[in-house]
Amino acid sequence: MADSIISSSGDTSAPALRGIPILQMRNVSKSFGAVRALSDVDFEVYAGEVVALVGDNGAGKSTLVKAIAGVGPADSGEIFVDGQPVKITSPQMASRLGIETVYQDLALCDNLDVVSNLFLGHEELTSWRGLAEIEMERRTIEVLRTLDVKIPSVRALVAALSGGQRQSIAVAKSILRQAKVVLLDEPTAALGVAQTRQVLNLILRLREQGLGVVVISHNLADVFEVADRVVVLRLGRRVATFDVKTTTSERVVAAITGAEFGELLEGNGHSSTGGR
Amino acid sequence: MGDLIEKNQTPEPSEGSLSPASQTQEKRVDDPYQQVTTPASPTATKEFSTAAVEVPSYMRRRSLGQLLRSDLGFIPVLLTLIIVVLYFTITTSGIFLSPENLSNLLGAQISTIGILGLGSIMVLLLGEIDLSVASVSVLCAVIMAVLSERMGAPTWVAISVALLSGALIGFINGFFVAVLRVPSFIVTLAGSIGYAGLLLHLLAGQATLIINNSFIVAIAGSALSFLPDSLGIGLPVLAIILYAAGLLYSYTRRRRMGLRTTSTTMLIVQIVAVAVLGIGAVVVFESFQGVPYPTALLFGLIILFWLILTKTAFGRHIYAVGGNAEAARRAGINVVAIRIAAFTLCSLLAAIGGIVAASHANAVASQIDPTLLLNAIAAAVIGGVSLFGGRGSAWAIVLGVLIIASLTNGLALLNQGTDISEMVEGIVLLLAVTADALVRRAQARSASGR
Repeated sequence: MADSIISSSGDTSAPALRGIPILQMRNVSKSFGAVRALSDVDFEVYAGEVVALVGDNGAGKSTLVKAIAGVGPADSGEIFVDGQPVKITSPQMASRLGIETVYQDLALCDNLDVVSNLFLGHEELTSWRGLAEIEMERRTIEVLRTLDVKIPSVRALVAALSGGQRQSIAVAKSILRQAKVVLLDEPTAALGVAQTRQVLNLILRLREQGLGVVVISHNLADVFEVADRVVVLRLGRRVATFDVKTTTSERVVAAITGAEFGELLEGNGHSSTGGR
Repeated sequence: MGDLIEKNQTPEPSEGSLSPASQTQEKRVDDPYQQVTTPASPTATKEFSTAAVEVPSYMRRRSLGQLLRSDLGFIPVLLTLIIVVLYFTITTSGIFLSPENLSNLLGAQISTIGILGLGSIMVLLLGEIDLSVASVSVLCAVIMAVLSERMGAPTWVAISVALLSGALIGFINGFFVAVLRVPSFIVTLAGSIGYAGLLLHLLAGQATLIINNSFIVAIAGSALSFLPDSLGIGLPVLAIILYAAGLLYSYTRRRRMGLRTTSTTMLIVQIVAVAVLGIGAVVVFESFQGVPYPTALLFGLIILFWLILTKTAFGRHIYAVGGNAEAARRAGINVVAIRIAAFTLCSLLAAIGGIVAASHANAVASQIDPTLLLNAIAAAVIGGVSLFGGRGSAWAIVLGVLIIASLTNGLALLNQGTDISEMVEGIVLLLAVTADALVRRAQARSASGR
């Protein structure tokens, strides 16, 4: 299962920004009463790239992610996974389509060990319906090694781990579920310097595995460190797309706040994502 | 802890599978942890090694609270039991430890409390509580007695209907708690009162209904309710051998897969400790009358539920729901079904306990023993099952029941009445719950400090 994802590591330094996006959204709109939270937003993620979704509070980042994750489906618009049109109406459906969301509150059981948490709800069973502990432990170590996660023991209770380690476990869970796209909601918000470092490394590992990664973040330093593209939302519209190689954080800030206009604003265009 | 420091002191240099890009990424990293864990020892060559992931130096120092929440949590309880036993042995000049008294202490009475307590554990693990176990157990015993003694139903029908009634009541409790989201405290308190009324109605004014059915009496209430020596010794020995075989099997398989194992010494200590405890208990029983049926039943049920809780996905899901119901839901676990199942099992066990108690007394009475409910829940909590859910083992009930039974029995030997006994028990329960709350707080504190 996950072995196939794992074995594909190694040849990934240049993310493939060609072909069909692994996830694409077209003209997505969503309103809450009179408030238009998203209006005609396009969004796309390619396999093997990290897209940062930035914007001020109320810009529509969370609404967009909820629409992808199936928590709050959009009112109108089209979603394509691997080029196929899909409707995402529940988190379970998103999960089946290979879209996993790692929420800020992590959703781990503190009283269980790392292995149990990783396989929670998807336990591997032996032929006599018991838990296949040894097999699960072996795969846990495989996955954590792929992600370069270091913990005292895979049998340690999650309660005993640091914030960065816990975030890593939550992300590893999505790998085990064979995710194609991983959404990370403020992954470094509550973490210290060293732990933020761990999580950023982890995001790079996900990209190496050929996954599409969407990171919501307020921290532009983090964004510039890991992202390939930065998509800026403002007041429910996609106002700019930057290639991190060719832009500066000042320009991104300008787009977020709307302080600067003109050549920076590229609307919904994808052209700026071309050459990396 | 032992397994963390035992092996893998020489981590692999670093994984060769990393792409050049991330290698340089790695170098730039000025994470204090990283530097500690990249020694240049090229000794570890195993194809599959845990060393790349499991790094002992990533272990944060464990607080006392975390230690008490881990496998070692039973030690304070064990010490308490030893102190209680020593105290009564000295003050009764040895009578307390005589085989006759021990056999009495470990007989039918602890079995009833133990079986009810085992049921309570299922619900406590969810972070819920069932206050109806005592009245459900008596109600089910009354149903059995009325069917078999008044209506002349066959024994198996009487017992099956009693067990099914227990399961049904548990299902109803679970439905109200899990589906309608009524607090379990209120649901089961209401149930407790209602079922007590129902059993009075079934008994139709009779205060005590004598049970003559020879099979039911034979479960716990006759002079012959003991396992023959061959089984009394054979079954525990078989269980110990199976346990040891299971440990050795998993040890060798882990070895072969290159996973971390406990040290051989720890393995031997573990097996010897279990063997000594098991054989010691058998010796105590056999030196008097043998292993009573109800005690055998209690241990059989403990082993069964221990296996369910630790070796099956269902058991794991119970712990998950008790630890973080929202995480369990997001992981795709049917939280409602798990809750209903736990309440159903709890009341089913209560029915079994009620049948054992009725058999032991050769009768059912309209009066519900007022200490039964508290003793059952107290035994679970004293044994180390957290009231906050998600923590505790089926074996906890053994320690808890032993402490409660020792207190009751020892105080009785000292000619202290129920008054003193109940006061002491109340204090012990309060201490146990306080310890639980303090451990939890210590845990929360160390967790927030990250």
